[in-house]
Amino acid sequence: MFTAEMLESIKKVEATRQERMKTEPRRMTADEKDALLKAYHPDYREDGFKEIKIGPNKGQKAPAELTDLLHSNSRLLHTSVDLSKVDYDVDVLVIGGGGAGSSAAIEAHEAGANVMIVTKLRIGDANTMMAEGGIQAADKENDSPVQHYLDAFGGGHFAARPELLRRLVMEAPDAIKWLNNLGVMFDKDADGRMVTTHGGGTSRKRMHACKDYSGAEIMRTLRDEVINRGIPVVEFTSAVELIKDEKGQVAGAVLLNMETGDYAVARAKTVVIATGGAGRLHYQNFPTSNHYGATADGLILGYRAGAPLLYQDTIQYHPTGVAYPSQIFGALVTEKVRSLGAMLVNKDGEAYAHPLETRDVSASAIIRECANGKGVDTPLGSGVWLDTPMIEILGGEGTIEKRIPAMLRMYLNYGIDMRKVPILVYPTLHYQNGGLEIGGDGFTKAISNLLVAGEAVGGIHGRNRLMGNSLLDIIVFGRNAGKAAAARAKDVTLGTMTLSHVDDYAKELAGAGLAGDAVSPLLLPQYARHER
Amino acid sequence: MDNMVNVYFFGKKYSVPGDLTIMTAMEYAGYTLKRGCGCRHGFCGACATIYRIKGKNELKTCLACQTQVEEGMYVASIPFFPTDKRTYDIEEIKPTQQIMMELYPEIYSCIGCNACTKACTQDLNVMQYIAYAQRGEYEKCAEESFDCVSCGCCSVRCPAGISHPMVGLLARRLTGKYIAPETDHLKTRVEEINKGAYDELIEQIMQKPITEMKELYNTREIEK
Repeated sequence: MFTAEMLESIKKVEATRQERMKTEPRRMTADEKDALLKAYHPDYREDGFKEIKIGPNKGQKAPAELTDLLHSNSRLLHTSVDLSKVDYDVDVLVIGGGGAGSSAAIEAHEAGANVMIVTKLRIGDANTMMAEGGIQAADKENDSPVQHYLDAFGGGHFAARPELLRRLVMEAPDAIKWLNNLGVMFDKDADGRMVTTHGGGTSRKRMHACKDYSGAEIMRTLRDEVINRGIPVVEFTSAVELIKDEKGQVAGAVLLNMETGDYAVARAKTVVIATGGAGRLHYQNFPTSNHYGATADGLILGYRAGAPLLYQDTIQYHPTGVAYPSQIFGALVTEKVRSLGAMLVNKDGEAYAHPLETRDVSASAIIRECANGKGVDTPLGSGVWLDTPMIEILGGEGTIEKRIPAMLRMYLNYGIDMRKVPILVYPTLHYQNGGLEIGGDGFTKAISNLLVAGEAVGGIHGRNRLMGNSLLDIIVFGRNAGKAAAARAKDVTLGTMTLSHVDDYAKELAGAGLAGDAVSPLLLPQYARHER
Repeated sequence: MDNMVNVYFFGKKYSVPGDLTIMTAMEYAGYTLKRGCGCRHGFCGACATIYRIKGKNELKTCLACQTQVEEGMYVASIPFFPTDKRTYDIEEIKPTQQIMMELYPEIYSCIGCNACTKACTQDLNVMQYIAYAQRGEYEKCAEESFDCVSCGCCSVRCPAGISHPMVGLLARRLTGKYIAPETDHLKTRVEEINKGAYDELIEQIMQKPITEMKELYNTREIEK
């Protein structure tokens, strides 16, 4: 299975293992981290970015692929959709059927609102489903929401919006309790105490998990609850544009049936954008750990309707994506593998950095090793070793099967037994730190009845996100959005529905010399190969 | 190109590189997937697939995103299967044997053929977890079914019409909510926060200047 060069390098990893395990690698100083990031983090690679030429963030930069979508016209520009024929009429429209959207829908329903989810694939086809490692909450005696705030604020380079981060950490324990009450099976000991570990950049062990199916366990429970409550879920249907009214409020969305190509109109008093991330835009040609539909649709919809973005230029590359074998290239290797003790080791068997630095630092250090000839060549690039057999030595035989069964299974499919041999990893495009800007109440500041929740939000984490704070944010901000949307819906009176902002946007594009044929949102990545 | 293999998507022959997965091979062949493709990393169960190798009798099930193509593979995807989920109010039900009888009575029609286990794309012992469910042993059922991705391959093959993933899901929710021990430290912390025990402290840290925050962050003590 492994190449000769890989086998040769594995011998070096094995040879240094015993010695390496005696000491914990030193953590970098703040200055060392800054220098490393500037030299190697993809966010600092200027050719990966383009300036946004129109709209609220005009003059700022964004990943080139995202800028191109922002510089594209609506699919509806030359299409006439009869807005007077309303197909769905609801209080709260939730766009996106992942963890944030489902949490929002459950809470809106609980508050008595008439709520509907629309999602372009199936409910649960979302990054939430794939989150492996866990969810943070400061619920143990030696920990506090204030400590959690400090970790997240520092880990995010002191750029998080305080009012958002406050909500995240203060509502975290209640989020865990809510999930537990819905029936999510957290890892607990016999007395009911949560089994918690470190994540990169945490100062307390506050990572709660459900083996390494944490997100899947949460998502399938939320999905089950949505269905039990009878909340309508319109699947394989994308929102392709927000509808506004003459007062500048949002009034719903135009929907596209992904299979028939037919349009439909949803009218709503409040709209929650919960469309998730952008990994499938493959910024800087990185592979991604994201699900098939992660194409930043909500960012495009919101921006075209006038809502500003925040930190759209900062992306998280998860340090440990699969580098080999090619069939699972870019798939996530959960940070929990390092939480459980596996070290990052280069081609020569050296533990070149502490395994639990924050993700941006850890990813940059891997890129540095590979750029300096300390990586192991693979068919699609290069990678460094994650010394997984250490986990079995540290935690006892069977630890891998019990704590990270999904990882074990994924590699065994290709004949690699991570209990016995280390695995090769390289950073993978994992998370958009930025997104649409919201206030502490969950609403966009530009549009009074438009909310955003989950990965589509910018500002909760600042310029880097800690492991376990994303599963947390989808629950905390999803729940908040559902409650707030239901409450606001009672006071909203909609005017006449219009898509005039789409025409205005087209004029702005033309004015900036950007009147091309491209349309957005993208909806799905273009993976089909056509010979002609 | 070296190492090309012949595969048959819905009976039509395509030549594709042998190192691809079924999913990427379909895309190589020109398919734009809408159904039958979700997370692409083995967690969501969207890409349930059935195949047979030409000349062999055995019918196999797999996830298209986690399975490498082979020469002579006849492939059909199962993008949707009408799994029968029953609805309930999680606050009202209790983890008694009765509840499974009420919601999923067909599990008692299991004939023990083990086709579900053979079909499982996650190599779970599906028939065993159904047996646990029959006996009201929900904790064991939950544990045994934990890695289920709800692809539905088990249900496709079941002569008794059982919706196995839904049975496992019910057992897990019952276990998580009612059977697993309660977490005292969680309850305590939520009460403290609700009483406002951290309000002042969080306000204070939110107001601190960045230089002070940097100092606090860079010198914070890290739990061993």
